[in-house]
Amino acid sequence: MIKSNSGIRKTDVINRRMFIIGAAKVIVFVGIVARLFSLQINENKKYLTLSDKNRIREWKLPPTRGNIVDYFGNVIAGNLKVYQLHIIPEQVENFNYLLVRLKNLLNLSDKRIARINKLKAELKPWDSIIVSENLSWSQFVKINNYLYDLVGVKPVMTISRNYPFNDVYTHVLGYVSQPNEQELLDNQTIQERFVPGMKIGKLGLEKRLENHLIGTNAIQRYEVNAYGKRINQLEHQKGKQGSKIRLTVDTEIQKACGELLNEKAGSISVMDIYTGDIIAMYSSPSYDPNLFLFGISQDEWQLIRNNPLKPLINKTLSGLYSPGSTIKPIVALSALENKVIDTKFKVKCTGKMELYGQTFHCWKEKGHGWVSLKNAMKQSCDTYFYEVARLLGVDRLNITAEKFGLGKKVLGNYFDTEKKGLFPNTKWKKNNLGKGWVLGETLITGIGQGYIQTTPLQLCMMTAQIANGGYAVKPKIIVDSNPISYEDAKQSMESGLLFDTDTEELLDKKLFKNQKNIKIVQEAMFSSTNERFGTSYKSRIDDPKYQFAGKTGTAQVKRISKRERELDLDLEQIPYKDRDHALYIAYGPYINPRYALSIIVEHGGSGSKAAAPIAKKLFKLIIDRHELRNKQPNFERITI
Amino acid sequence: MFQHDRLNSEITLFQKIKNLDYILLISVIALSVISVFVMYSTDGGEILFHTKNHFVKLAVFFPLMIVVAFFNIKFWHNFSYIVYLLVIILLIYVSFFGIKASGSKRWMDVYFFVLQPSELMKIAIIMCLAKYYHRLKIENVNSFTSITIVLSIIFIPTIFVISQPDLGTSILIALSGLIILWLGGVKIKYFIYSFITFLISLPFIISFLKPYQKLRILTFLDPDRDPLGAGYQIIQSKIAIGSGGLNGKGFLKGTQSYLDFLPEKHTDFIFTLFSEEFGFIGSVILLIIYSIIIFRIIRIGSISRSNFARLFCFGYAFAIFIYIVVNLSMVLGLLPIVGSPLPIMSYGGSSMLATMIGFGIVLSAKINHKQMIA
Repeated sequence: MIKSNSGIRKTDVINRRMFIIGAAKVIVFVGIVARLFSLQINENKKYLTLSDKNRIREWKLPPTRGNIVDYFGNVIAGNLKVYQLHIIPEQVENFNYLLVRLKNLLNLSDKRIARINKLKAELKPWDSIIVSENLSWSQFVKINNYLYDLVGVKPVMTISRNYPFNDVYTHVLGYVSQPNEQELLDNQTIQERFVPGMKIGKLGLEKRLENHLIGTNAIQRYEVNAYGKRINQLEHQKGKQGSKIRLTVDTEIQKACGELLNEKAGSISVMDIYTGDIIAMYSSPSYDPNLFLFGISQDEWQLIRNNPLKPLINKTLSGLYSPGSTIKPIVALSALENKVIDTKFKVKCTGKMELYGQTFHCWKEKGHGWVSLKNAMKQSCDTYFYEVARLLGVDRLNITAEKFGLGKKVLGNYFDTEKKGLFPNTKWKKNNLGKGWVLGETLITGIGQGYIQTTPLQLCMMTAQIANGGYAVKPKIIVDSNPISYEDAKQSMESGLLFDTDTEELLDKKLFKNQKNIKIVQEAMFSSTNERFGTSYKSRIDDPKYQFAGKTGTAQVKRISKRERELDLDLEQIPYKDRDHALYIAYGPYINPRYALSIIVEHGGSGSKAAAPIAKKLFKLIIDRHELRNKQPNFERITI
Repeated sequence: MFQHDRLNSEITLFQKIKNLDYILLISVIALSVISVFVMYSTDGGEILFHTKNHFVKLAVFFPLMIVVAFFNIKFWHNFSYIVYLLVIILLIYVSFFGIKASGSKRWMDVYFFVLQPSELMKIAIIMCLAKYYHRLKIENVNSFTSITIVLSIIFIPTIFVISQPDLGTSILIALSGLIILWLGGVKIKYFIYSFITFLISLPFIISFLKPYQKLRILTFLDPDRDPLGAGYQIIQSKIAIGSGGLNGKGFLKGTQSYLDFLPEKHTDFIFTLFSEEFGFIGSVILLIIYSIIIFRIIRIGSISRSNFARLFCFGYAFAIFIYIVVNLSMVLGLLPIVGSPLPIMSYGGSSMLATMIGFGIVLSAKINHKQMIA
């Protein structure tokens, strides 16, 4: 009985205690369900997002760069299909065997093999290694033939920048290559769209217009596993090719410029005198920008870098030259405008001019005798311009010269390598050199020597502004959203007003006080080319359709010693480095002028012998192409 | 007494089968079927290693459960101490000759599968203590001697398991033991005092924890402190469960598990995968199945005439409950990560073996619920 009592009591205790536990269990289970509810129902969205973030990864593909076309729509910077070879390590059965096979098939260097091995160690096994960025068609075919033996190799077709005219536009377009760290930091757009293997503009317009040209990435969305391996593709979003950019340049003329400057160092610029369109802008020698696309070889790079003719410098914009006698039209114009001289004013040239015990020589030792403005310009008499400069003074000359664009960048901020040049005045010398201006310096400024420094494009623009009757032009190389036709530009210019597309204002663009003075200078330039004894008479074209007016220039690169003057050496006898630069500025046709140009041949000797003949050949082409250019519709409106 | 014995021995095989608890059996079968499908999903929708092995284990251990059930509850009562001692010996054996894996020594090779004796101890301790309290007079429950003895029974295996090291299992063993003390009638104030003492000495205990164990506690308190390292498991687990939503992503469509974001998805995190694929509704259904099992075990306990059967059933019900709660709390981010499998669902032979033996004894209690034990 006792035992049974005890047994019953024990059972009661157990049951009572069980009840307490049971209640606790229910509470705990309810708690767990509540937790489940909060995770799966309340916070479902949050965790779904997190789960998608886990499993979906986006792969950006390199964007396709926009094309750059010339005025006629010819592609001058395009895209080309290239054949690449990738290895996917995880699919390779025998990596070393594969490398040996590829080495034999593609003639890979040992360095390249070492690089591939290094990449293999660094990358995940499913990341592809680029063995070759640019296979030739024959290599591509070869690889495809042996594909059965090359397990894990993937021939890939992709798109790469291509410059179909090779070296013709290098200094205008620049080139593209792999971005460096600084470039990624500096440009937000590049940073956002960067993918390995992507190329960006390194120089020229490719660099300047990067954000327009770059295009948007194509995006591939993949489902990935926890280790980042792609499981399957979910979506493919096409990228947008970068904007197409149309330049004002004419490839035919640009090409001709290249041929004319073949194996010479120098520059040719051609400009529409009304619209300011740059028709050609060639710096010689040039180099092939296609070399940089897949990494230039050390040998090729050294060849370009060490070329004494300095192909890397864009001479048109960054080359600074004494303008020599090509400055004389501005000197004459300034003197006329300031009423220092008139057409009847004459100076007697004896071959030299003495000033404070210093002798200033005319290029013609025997002298030109009594010369008027027209004759002085025609024969490029230095003595006349010494005297005119003396009477005018450098400060008044400086005002006129700067009005015509000297000492200022021509294309504004389009090319960061463009130089301003220099047109000195007394204040400049005081401020920069700390010395007073000397009259002798005025004299040599009058013949384009001394401190004065100009770029070929500045001279071209100066000429254009004389040619169009003395109106400011706004040089441009990109056809912008509202291109102005030749006729409209001419008409608006002759009304003395110019519609400035940047400020959207009609501006007074007259650069002269009296347009008759411009006419006088034009006539003087005409005689220099088209009348007997003119310095470029031999390079004239009599057909009025092509007839042009111009001015030669011969810029000394060093002071001519007395001895050298007496020796009067032939060009070939002077060391290359010491030879004069040959310059020529011109515009044509003389009646109804349309185009201006400037030519410089570094160390070419005299302007009349080395530069002017180039103009003769070029003008025929330029004017023949005018009709075509005029007919070319403004086929696309491109917003920059 | 004699009468009862005779009455009992009269039970035929047919009656035994008839007396099985079919609600419990159906629930266990349902759980087993679900677990095979979930295992199939962890294998990425193919019948691979885990699915096959899990199925084979179910196929072996389920009949074993029935066999266990057909032994009289008295038999299990008689063998309780021996079972306990055998498991202790196994624990000692593995602590010397055990297979070492991922830094702990808790397994032994028994030819057809790898046995983890600590899992068996979860059952053995309940059997041992149930027998002890069955035999103990109610007056002596709170005597110093008896409390010393039961504490020794609990702490000897616990210490072996802790030293393997396996904190999770040792906690579960200790909890399973303590619940029998509670049911047996140990004074509530002792539990309260011990709990207070435990809280006070907690900082001291923590200082004795292994660095990885401390890290787990820190990670539990703030999983985001190292999302790719220590916090990775719990963050990914919560993402999987949370993204399941009401209906789940669908069978074989759990991206978190399919794409390998889930760690240990076969074992401790099996519920995460289940919950991702079947959502809140599925999870609640699973909890209901477990609740039915627990409820049935308690019910069997409460109709049992012997206190051994009653204590075992109540204790085992509680143990099952604790396994579920610890496992779910862990994957839901409510508790630090301690290795503890979800009964039946998780891959792992020893855990399933122990669970099935437990169910077997419960079923034996059901069949023999009128059996008195002296």
